[in-house]
Amino acid sequence: MRKLLLGSIAALGILAGPMMTTAAPMGGEMIVTYKDDVSTLDPAIGYDWQNWSMIKSLFDGLMDYKPGTTELVPDLAESFEISDDGLVYTFRLRKGVKFHNGREMTADDVKYSLDRVVNPRTKSPGAGFFWSIEGYDEASTGKADGLAGVKVLDPFTVQITLSNPDATFLHVMALNFAHVVPREEVEKWGADFGTHPVGTGAFRMAEWTRGQRVVFERNPDYYQEGIPRLDRIVFEVGQEPIVALLRLERGEIDIAGDGIPPAKFLEVMANPDLKKQVVEGDQLHTGYVALNVRMKPFDDRRVRKAVAMAINKDRIVRIINGRASPANQPLPPLMPGYDPDYQGQPYDPDAARALLVEAGLADGFETQLYTANTDPQPRIAQAIQQDLANVGIKAEIISLAQSNVIAAGGEEDQAPMIWSGGMAWIADFPDPSNFYGPILGCAGAVPGGWNWSWYCNEELDRRAQAADAMADPAQAGARIDEWRSIFTAIQDDVPWVPIFNEKRFTIRSGRLDGPEGIFVDPVHIPVHYDQVYIKEGR
Amino acid sequence: MAAYLLRRLLEVVLILFGVSVITYLLLYLLPADPVRQIAGRSASQETVESIRRQLGLDLPVYQQYWRYLTGLLHGDLGRSYIQRSEVSALIAGRLPASLQLMVAGILAELVLGLSMGIYSALHRNSSTDNALMVIAFIAVSAPQFVVGILLLYVFAVKLGWFPIGGYGDLRHVILPALTLGIMGAGWYSRMMRSSMLNVLEQDFIRTARAKGLSRFRVIARHAVPNALLPVIAMIGFDIGIFMSGIVVVESVFGWPGIGQLTWQAIQRVDIPIIMGVTLIAAFFIVMGNLLADIVALFMDPRIKLK
Repeated sequence: MRKLLLGSIAALGILAGPMMTTAAPMGGEMIVTYKDDVSTLDPAIGYDWQNWSMIKSLFDGLMDYKPGTTELVPDLAESFEISDDGLVYTFRLRKGVKFHNGREMTADDVKYSLDRVVNPRTKSPGAGFFWSIEGYDEASTGKADGLAGVKVLDPFTVQITLSNPDATFLHVMALNFAHVVPREEVEKWGADFGTHPVGTGAFRMAEWTRGQRVVFERNPDYYQEGIPRLDRIVFEVGQEPIVALLRLERGEIDIAGDGIPPAKFLEVMANPDLKKQVVEGDQLHTGYVALNVRMKPFDDRRVRKAVAMAINKDRIVRIINGRASPANQPLPPLMPGYDPDYQGQPYDPDAARALLVEAGLADGFETQLYTANTDPQPRIAQAIQQDLANVGIKAEIISLAQSNVIAAGGEEDQAPMIWSGGMAWIADFPDPSNFYGPILGCAGAVPGGWNWSWYCNEELDRRAQAADAMADPAQAGARIDEWRSIFTAIQDDVPWVPIFNEKRFTIRSGRLDGPEGIFVDPVHIPVHYDQVYIKEGR
Repeated sequence: MAAYLLRRLLEVVLILFGVSVITYLLLYLLPADPVRQIAGRSASQETVESIRRQLGLDLPVYQQYWRYLTGLLHGDLGRSYIQRSEVSALIAGRLPASLQLMVAGILAELVLGLSMGIYSALHRNSSTDNALMVIAFIAVSAPQFVVGILLLYVFAVKLGWFPIGGYGDLRHVILPALTLGIMGAGWYSRMMRSSMLNVLEQDFIRTARAKGLSRFRVIARHAVPNALLPVIAMIGFDIGIFMSGIVVVESVFGWPGIGQLTWQAIQRVDIPIIMGVTLIAAFFIVMGNLLADIVALFMDPRIKLK
C-alpha cells in the first residue's frame, strides 16, 4: 500500500507541476464576509460551520478529503497500514512539513495533539470521537496523562492501537479535532491559542481585529506545491447577509459567507447576471419532523405512519422556493448508504386517515409542533400544521428561539413533534454511522441529547455496532449495505418524517474561479479556501 | 454638593449590583443549557458533565453567582462560551467604536433637531413648520431597523455616496449616526420648538427688541441660549436610549461595536458576554442619568438640592 501511494503521489507531482502554473493563476486577495464574529480557531475546540473550514486552511491532519469530494486521502500522513484485525493503524508521516513558526512537524506533535484533544482540561467538544483509541477512558477522565494507544515509533511514524475495530476511524483522523498543533505554541498562548493559531496549513494567521476582520496569508512553506492559490484571504465580519449581497452585486466582496438571504433568493435567481455567479450543490443534511415515540399517541407506529403520509413534502419544497429536494429516508443522497429505490411513506391523506381509524383515533387528536422562530421555519411548520389538520390532527405550533427548541427536544416528555429546520443534523463526516448514534440511536436518547424522537431500538443498536466494527477496507461495500438496511428498518418504524434535503447555493464574485466542486465542497463550507483562485491573478 | 455626588455614586453601585443579580437569574432560568452550547452536538454525556464541573455550572445558582461576583470585583468578566476569549477584552476592543458612533449620533440629533426646532418656532404655523413637525413625528416613530436599511439602500446602494456599511473613516459613520440620531432629532425638534416659542414670549425678549437689537441678535444671543437649557439637560438620557439603539444600528451597518457583540451573544446564548454588556450598558445609563441631573443642576438655578 505504501509503495503504491508513494508512486502515485510522485507521478502527480510530475504531472501537476507544470499544469498548475498554466491552468490556475496564483496570487491575489479574496474578501469573504460573515455576520458573526469568528470564534476560536483552535482545532481542538472550534466546532461551528463557519470556523470549521477556516481551521482546515490553517491546520492539517493525518487524513483529509480530496477537494470537492468525500473521498479520503492521506494528508500529513504519507501512507498508512492497517493490521489484519483492524486494530492497529501505522501512519508514516511526510517529512519536511513545517509549522508556521518554522519548526518541522514530527510524530511527537501528532501524539501531543491527540492527547490534548481528549484531555478533559482542553474541554474539546470532539473528545468523544476518539472513543475507539486504546486508553481513551483513562485519558478522557484525567486518570491517565495521554492515550496509551498512541505510540511514537520513530520521529516520522505513529502507531495508533484501537480497543475496538472502528470503520470510521480514518474519517475521525480527518476531523479538525485530530489536526496537528505544535506544543510550544499551545503552551505559550494557553487558552488564547484559538486567537493565535499556529499550524501546518496552507494559510497562516496574519491579522485578527476583533469584530472587524481576520486575515490569512499564504504559507510560503506549505508542503503542497502550488497551494494555496491566493496570497491573502480577508474575512470581514459583522456584515448582515443582505448587506453582503448588495456589496457582492457591486463587486466589493468575493464570497457572501452566510449565503443568499431567503427573502432575496428568487430575486437573485431571476437576475441572469447574478444567477451565473451562483453555484448549486448538495449537502449532508436532512430536515425532518421528529416524533417523540415515548409520548402518546406517537408511541403507536400507525399514528406515526399516518403523520408521515399526511405531509405534502413537495408543497413544503415549493414554500422555500425549491432550495431543497423532498426526502423519504434519514440519509441524504450524498451519503454512502442512501437507498435510491426506497419509497418510504408516500403522501396519501386517505391512507393516513385510515391508519388513524385503525389506531382508534378516528376523531383525530391534539398535539404540539415545536419549531425554531426564524424564517422560514414557522412557515414550514404552518404548512405541516395544515396538512395534519386535513387528516384531523390539530397541532399547535410552539415557535421558540433555537436553543430553547433544542432544550425541549432533550427532555423525554416535552415536545411531541419537532420540526428540525435550522437545527437539523449536518454530518461531521461523510459516513452513515454519524447519522445514527447521536440522532437515532440509544446513545442520543438521553436528557440533553439530540435524539429528539427518543427512539431506541436495541436490536438496531447492536447491528450498528457490528457494522462499525467491519473495519477491513475489503468489507467497505458490505458495511455500507448493512447501514442501508439499518436505515430502511428505522424508516419503516417512522421515528422521523424526513421532509427534505437542503441544497447549498454559494454566491461568488465573477473574479473567482476554480472547479465547481470546491464552491460547494461537502466538507469545506462555504468554499474550499485553499483551492479557489482569482481569474486574472496578481 | 460632594455629599450629593457621593450619595448618587453609592446609588450607582447598588443599581449595578441589582442589575447583575437580576440578569444572572434571568439567564439562569433560560431553558437553553450553556454547557450543551459549548460541548456541541457530538459530545458524549461524560464530556458534557466534565465541562459542566470545570465551569462550576453544577453548583447551586447562588454559589455560581458568588463566583461571578467575586470575579467581577477583581475585574474579571469571565470567558466567552462561544468565542473563548476574555469578555473584558472583547468589550474593550469594541467599546471605542460604539463611543464614536454614539458621539456622532448625538451630534447628528442635535444639529438636525435643533435647527428644525428653531426654524419651526420662527415660522410658526407656516406650511414648512407643519411639514417639519410631521417629519419629526415620523422620525420619532420609525423603527431604526427600517430607517437604517432605507438610508443604506438609497444613499449607499443606489446613489453610491457612502460605503455599504463597515467601519473606517468619516464616510462610514454618517449613515449609522443619522439612523441612530433620527429619533432623537424628532424629539429635540419638538422640544426646541416649544421651548423657543415659550422663550420668545418672555419679557426679556420684548425688552431686547425694544432696545433696538437686530432680529438675528435677539434670536442668537437671547432666545436660543435660554431655550436650549431644558434641551441640553436631556442629552444625558440619550446615552441610555442609544445603548439600545446601537444594538440595531450596529447590526444593520456592520459597525464593530458592543451593540453587535450583544446581538450575536443573545443569538448564541453566550451568557458571559450578555452579562458583561448588560453591566456595561447599565453603567453607561446610570452615569448618563447622573450627568443629566448634574447638568440640570448647574443650568437651572431653580433646582435646589435638599
